[in-house]
Amino acid sequence: MIAFDFEYYKPDTVEDAVKLYNKLNSNGKKPIYYGGGTEFISMARMNNRYTEAVIDIKGIPECNVHEIKNNKLIMGSAITLTDISEANYFPLLGYIVRRIADHTIQDKITLGGNLMGTIIYRESILALLLSNCDIVLQGSKGKRVVPISDICDKKIGIEDDEILIQVIVDERFLSLPYLHVKRTKHEKIDYPLITMAAIKDKNRTLISFSGLCEYPFRSLKIEEILNDSSLSKKEKIKKVIESITDKILHDIGGSSEYRKFMLGDILSRAFDKFQEVG
Amino acid sequence: MFEILNPTIITLNINGEDRDVMVKPSHTLLYTLRNELGLTGAKPGCENGDCGACTVLVDDWPIKSCLMLTVEAIGKKVLTVEGLKNAPIQKAFVENFGFQCGYCTSGFLMVCHSLSKIRPNADDAEIQDWLQSNLCRCTGYEEIEDAVKSILVKDI
Repeated sequence: MIAFDFEYYKPDTVEDAVKLYNKLNSNGKKPIYYGGGTEFISMARMNNRYTEAVIDIKGIPECNVHEIKNNKLIMGSAITLTDISEANYFPLLGYIVRRIADHTIQDKITLGGNLMGTIIYRESILALLLSNCDIVLQGSKGKRVVPISDICDKKIGIEDDEILIQVIVDERFLSLPYLHVKRTKHEKIDYPLITMAAIKDKNRTLISFSGLCEYPFRSLKIEEILNDSSLSKKEKIKKVIESITDKILHDIGGSSEYRKFMLGDILSRAFDKFQEVG
Repeated sequence: MFEILNPTIITLNINGEDRDVMVKPSHTLLYTLRNELGLTGAKPGCENGDCGACTVLVDDWPIKSCLMLTVEAIGKKVLTVEGLKNAPIQKAFVENFGFQCGYCTSGFLMVCHSLSKIRPNADDAEIQDWLQSNLCRCTGYEEIEDAVKSILVKDI
């Protein structure tokens, strides 16, 4: 049970939602945009999150789009992880979201919520980073469409009143060979020790990680090493691990040394897998 | 724009019936089912989305009712264990000894009932995937798996 009260709004348009956000914010109500609500409800119950107004975006048509149009996959931020895995337009993304929480929670977690939440893993972003998708945002300063690489530095950085409306992926990424590996400490359903997503694009390996550092990331430096044909597999793995200069997570799930060891093993499997596909 | 700012009477479709109920926006569906509608089949366990004891179906899909605001259920069809009314999965649980203490049972029944409707041809991997949303500390899951398998399509 949530121990504080809040107001509930369900606008029909992005414009109404943004106006409402700013009005409620100026009234000191600390509004939040609300998608699936799994993170908000569980944190609010523990008094770790507070608001006096939630703005549910599930009534906004643009946020519920899920289709391929003009060679682009368009995914609204209010579609659920189950919607993504059931439609399976983007198999790598489908594979990733099927390993986030469990299937009943996947029915509730939205794409936007997973991307913008405070839980550090945000695994669905891994496939989106690899495809360098476009993100459609709208706030009081207007609408903008930006490549994810322009606004994702450790997490997607947007203005407080901006709504993530849609994610747009170039269709050519949907059918590329891919690999997804998720390792957890004990159970299949858990936060990752490491999740790795990779695709093979024009003979180059593109790769992204979650659980390794305090944020999910794609590193062009790592990709340069992986695609350097002058290096042996063993040399590549050693160089990749050495190239990670940010702090590798060291927590109850696993030590940083263990995560490095696991990273080596996962990369080794990735090489073997992609050698098979050429 | 739809809005609820204070305690308000809303209409929910629960087990095929429209029910008027007073809610605050902060009430979870689990709270409303149990405390306002007297439907105590959905159990409070972790109330954190981990145990699955509070599972109900919303538009035929299993949802943890502790992680859904009641107001989100407006316009949707909610099915609780009270609405199963002698569904095949209930008989299958009895015949396969799919419960002991019973606290998790209503959640498992809802997940298994949904699985039999949405994935009538589910294979072992999919059955296990679906059962992983719920925790049982008594049975060890074998009997529950047997129960759900007994009502799935047999020709696979």
